[in-house]
Amino acid sequence: MSDQAHAVPGGVRLAHHFDDLEQQHESAQLGMWAFMLTEIMFFGGLFLCYIVYRNLYPEAWQLASHQLNVLMGGVNTAVLICSSLTMALAIRTAQTGGGRIPQIGWLALTLLFGTAFLVIKTFEYKEKFEHGLIPGPSFIDPSGHAAAVFGAEVRHARIFFSLYFIMTGLHAFHMIVGIGMMFWTMRCSWKGYYTASNYDGLEMFGLYWHFVDIVWIFLFPLLYLLGAHATGGGGHH
Amino acid sequence: MSSHAATIRPGPERSDKPSYLTDGHTLKSWLLTVDHKRIAILYLAAITVFFSVGGLLALLIRAELFTPKGDLFDSDTYNKLFTLHGIVMIFFFLIPSIPATLGNFLIPIMIGAKDVAFPKINLLSWYVYMTGGSMAVLVIVLGGVDTGWTLYPPFSSTYSNTNVALTAMAAFVTGFSSILTGLNFMVTIHKMRAPGMTWFRLPLFIWAHYATSLVMLLGTPVIAITVLTMAIERVFHVGIFDPTAGGDPVLFQHMFWFYSHPAVYIMILPGMGVISEVIACFTRKRIFGYAFVAMSSLGIAIIGFIVWGHHMYVTGQSTYADIVFSILTYIVAVPSAIKTFNWTATMYKGSVSMDTPMVYAMCFMGLFLIGGLTGLFCANLGLDVHIHDTYFIVAHFHYVMVGSAMFAYLAGLHFWFPKITGRMYSEGPAKFGAIIIFIGFNLTFFPQFILGYLGMPRRYHFYPEEWQVLNVLSSAGAMTLGAGILLSMLNIGWAIVAGAKASANPWMAKGLEWENASSPPITANFDEAPIVTEEAYNYPAQLPSAAHH
Repeated sequence: MSDQAHAVPGGVRLAHHFDDLEQQHESAQLGMWAFMLTEIMFFGGLFLCYIVYRNLYPEAWQLASHQLNVLMGGVNTAVLICSSLTMALAIRTAQTGGGRIPQIGWLALTLLFGTAFLVIKTFEYKEKFEHGLIPGPSFIDPSGHAAAVFGAEVRHARIFFSLYFIMTGLHAFHMIVGIGMMFWTMRCSWKGYYTASNYDGLEMFGLYWHFVDIVWIFLFPLLYLLGAHATGGGGHH
Repeated sequence: MSSHAATIRPGPERSDKPSYLTDGHTLKSWLLTVDHKRIAILYLAAITVFFSVGGLLALLIRAELFTPKGDLFDSDTYNKLFTLHGIVMIFFFLIPSIPATLGNFLIPIMIGAKDVAFPKINLLSWYVYMTGGSMAVLVIVLGGVDTGWTLYPPFSSTYSNTNVALTAMAAFVTGFSSILTGLNFMVTIHKMRAPGMTWFRLPLFIWAHYATSLVMLLGTPVIAITVLTMAIERVFHVGIFDPTAGGDPVLFQHMFWFYSHPAVYIMILPGMGVISEVIACFTRKRIFGYAFVAMSSLGIAIIGFIVWGHHMYVTGQSTYADIVFSILTYIVAVPSAIKTFNWTATMYKGSVSMDTPMVYAMCFMGLFLIGGLTGLFCANLGLDVHIHDTYFIVAHFHYVMVGSAMFAYLAGLHFWFPKITGRMYSEGPAKFGAIIIFIGFNLTFFPQFILGYLGMPRRYHFYPEEWQVLNVLSSAGAMTLGAGILLSMLNIGWAIVAGAKASANPWMAKGLEWENASSPPITANFDEAPIVTEEAYNYPAQLPSAAHH
């Protein structure tokens, strides 16, 4: 709809229905924050399930948590935090009038970290498959691996793994969407859309990226680190 | 109050720019439009189809209930009929009805903007809605679903042999159209208001939609994740809500009603906004207690989020929870009562003219009163155990959703019809249709209060013979209601092609959409950007004669 958008100085596009760039910027920002609020409610339902079942079945939760690979989860946490840093630096570059090349450089690094996260996550999922920790009907098969590990708690452990896969799967889906949008953002960056006077698109994408990171920051301790002190120190009460 | 300067402008002369209807005639100019008015029309067309489907299903249900024996359908088919009726009417008609059509069309014009804040997202929301709608149609084609619209596990996730997962995904997808619409409205109302359009000069229609958009934004994601999780449990047999797997089916109900109770306010709040506009116009007065009516919308939206447990008194949730939910439910009735009292007070010493929209608004007030007050019966911990899952509940929520939300929708469609189409409908058939609908509606649902109180459970297609008289009354009412709606739709349809041309302000109403935009509006809404200098509903003390017809 190029005829509906008119150019203003600096190559920035003001959409046809806004009066000025400030109004456009404020709208984008409010819209993005409201969208993140809906995302919080979306993940919130799963966190609610997590809280309810963790309170019902604390032993199963602890046993099941120990089956997760803390090293891989920890490395992934570090990878995501790094990606948030590079994302913030990409925005900072645009904000301070940095050219397209440094912008794209930081975005490419962010892309690299994001992809690394998904690769590590894939290996983690693969490991769960190999250990028979996929929460389908076979999970509670008395001769299966899970039954041997969890004993009487196997049904409850299955709920843990159900939530583990749904929560981390939904998070990974958000990462994949983010990586898709990353290519679009890099393209816009290449075309020189983001300048010190207007870098809305980049900033909004950054907000999304940070949001997805923060979801993981909550997921990691809640899923991976349960009762970690008990394994080392023998159960404080 | 400040009536010394109050005048009503008859609206702009016909603009030399094309109206939104004539600005492009190709299919592409409609299907790829980012104009909020055209998107509203797209929504209107789709919603009308779903409303017709849902209505036909209702007629089939009532046809079956003419007799105590199940002679038209077997139990399985009947289960599918009421399930599909509920799903189609709630997710594909009631939730988007007023916001996606009238709200989409009017919000930018009423606040003096050229469009909503995110026009492309607005179009996207329609495609998302159509995707969800297509999935619902696919469910019907594939043989339906029989869980009830509530989709309770473990029946839905484990035992039902019908298309539950696809239904859940249809609800999931459609939810995102609602979220996108709410997001657009919220940002539009915050950021796109014309100079001088302060918060307390906003028409109450806008306040109602602002409150609605908050519920859409905060509630809809929760139902999305709830039905998604249920569908995952069903497809992959993972075990979250299934009690045989250690899951808690009541947790599903909590999550389900966390959205689905506030969803009732998504259906009714926009209707309340419509009623405020109609009553102000046809009594030629500012709405009594404007600020209270505006704030009561927010009050309903906020308190509405903490009453969901009143759907679950018999699930075995804690008694203390029951008590708190019961008290909160009584409290949520207060803002609704404030609105009703204020509408009534507005009419006092007003110059009331009984045009079709006002007839619908009057019906709304009576029916909403019954629907609302019977809601308090249901909020009562003792009485609810008696009437739970009976026709009393069915009657109660139909008084709110049909008697109130649908009547408000029809009031709004008639009120803004000249603005949307640039034509007038025939007043006689419209009014006659409204009265038929009112009679048919009451005949359908009032006997159901009695049936429910006598103990007739919902969702069965056979019943003891002594209840036949009341059931026949109800079924006859449904046929009358259907005929009235058909008559009104035909009248509207005829007016679209052959109605007399409408002026910009046929009701001589206040508001930017009447006084500053032509009928139908141009694509950019206004020839010159409006500047607002007065309160909403600033009707002059001296009455101008209404210039319509």
